[in-house]
Amino acid sequence: MTINPELTIQFSPLHRLQWEEAQQKYVILYPEGMVELNQSSAEILKLCDGTHNPAQIVAKLEEKFATSGLSNDITNFLNIALQNGWIKQA
Amino acid sequence: MAGSNKLNITPPRWLLAELSYKCPLQCPYCSNPLDYAKYPDELGTEDWKRVLSQARKMGAVQLGFSGGEPLTRQDLSELVRHARELGYYSNLITSGYGLTEDKIVELKQAGLDHIQVSIQASTQELNDHIAGTATYQHKQEVAKLVKKHGYPMVLCVVIHRQNIHQMPEILAMAENLGADYLELANTQYYGWAHLNRDALLPTREQFVEAEEIAQAFKEKVAGKMKIYYVVPDFYEDRPKACMNGWGTTFLTIAPDGTALPCHSARELPGLDCPNVKDFSIEQIWNESKTFNFFRGTEWMQEPCKSCDEKGKDFGGCRCQAFLFNGDMYSTDPVCSKSPERHRIDEAIASARELALSGQEKPLIFRNSKNSRQY
Repeated sequence: MTINPELTIQFSPLHRLQWEEAQQKYVILYPEGMVELNQSSAEILKLCDGTHNPAQIVAKLEEKFATSGLSNDITNFLNIALQNGWIKQA
Repeated sequence: MAGSNKLNITPPRWLLAELSYKCPLQCPYCSNPLDYAKYPDELGTEDWKRVLSQARKMGAVQLGFSGGEPLTRQDLSELVRHARELGYYSNLITSGYGLTEDKIVELKQAGLDHIQVSIQASTQELNDHIAGTATYQHKQEVAKLVKKHGYPMVLCVVIHRQNIHQMPEILAMAENLGADYLELANTQYYGWAHLNRDALLPTREQFVEAEEIAQAFKEKVAGKMKIYYVVPDFYEDRPKACMNGWGTTFLTIAPDGTALPCHSARELPGLDCPNVKDFSIEQIWNESKTFNFFRGTEWMQEPCKSCDEKGKDFGGCRCQAFLFNGDMYSTDPVCSKSPERHRIDEAIASARELALSGQEKPLIFRNSKNSRQY
């Protein structure tokens, strides 16, 4: 199971992405569990909203952080997220 | 007070709200205290809302509505709505008894995140025997309705000697019902399970066989279903990191408002567990004698004190140390380094002898009549 570069990505309806004030970080919540996210992972997942494909996520983040060459890191993370069931593609 | 180190207090992350000790089921492995009938009082709606708000403010985010049977509370939807507004991820831990489709929809609209349905066995006969109530058919229906209404479906099966032989059928049942998560919870021997241990503890051979079957299934359904496997610590040689360490992560509130570091802590002597009617969650968590009792490592005895694994398992479970050794400061007897390990081995041998001889003891069911004996 790997990311299809053509398709848009949705966040899983069986998980919740949420900012935690007490922890000052984003977390993923699911039955009996919680994953704490670093800033870059959270930025990627926030764009998994059903309107962006992988290339569009890369473009948005490279623009936002005024940098380039993020494609490999982002694709690797998206594959991990897919395998963990945090995101899905239609 | 055994140990206190205020600098190292981490905030609670998990709140277990035991809304009521009332339960239509009578499972003989229930983790509620044996003498629960002594505590019939239940917090009111406003008390629970205040508890939820205070714990959330400190950083609690995972919330379990449990019991007894939480559906016995008429204000459940109101509490769920309050929890959602506060940003909790809320879990209803239920037998499914009394759960209708209308209620499932109502709870979803109130903001409930998931429902964990317990099933006692893969066959109606055994399920209804263990539950002490005819519930099997209804539980199957509830599991399907939970799925139909878009909740992650978490199926929980407590494993013990009476049902461990059904492992293949239990796994097939979970697959047929479309469970997203399957919790295979090997019985932990506290409360009623401690009382019924001779009749519930599987033999090592049974446990090994069941674990192999569960492991193969886990690989087969990878990506479709997640399996939570709660290990039977009697067959380990190191204790579990109970509650992730005392007063570090977990907060249980009993139906009458008593605050506990774990749901069995009420059995420990001299803790003077505080009540949320008298203190705020912040006072209870940070300042109470109870929550500071086994924080850190100062309270430890040998062999824990000089053990290089004490930061990993925190000396194991205080309740288990008390139940077996009569000393809540001692090393969890599960540990092979504990001088009391023989007590666990004797418990295993005692249960094994009864299992192999076919002289099964009758189960003592968890109900008010039996509870009043304690």
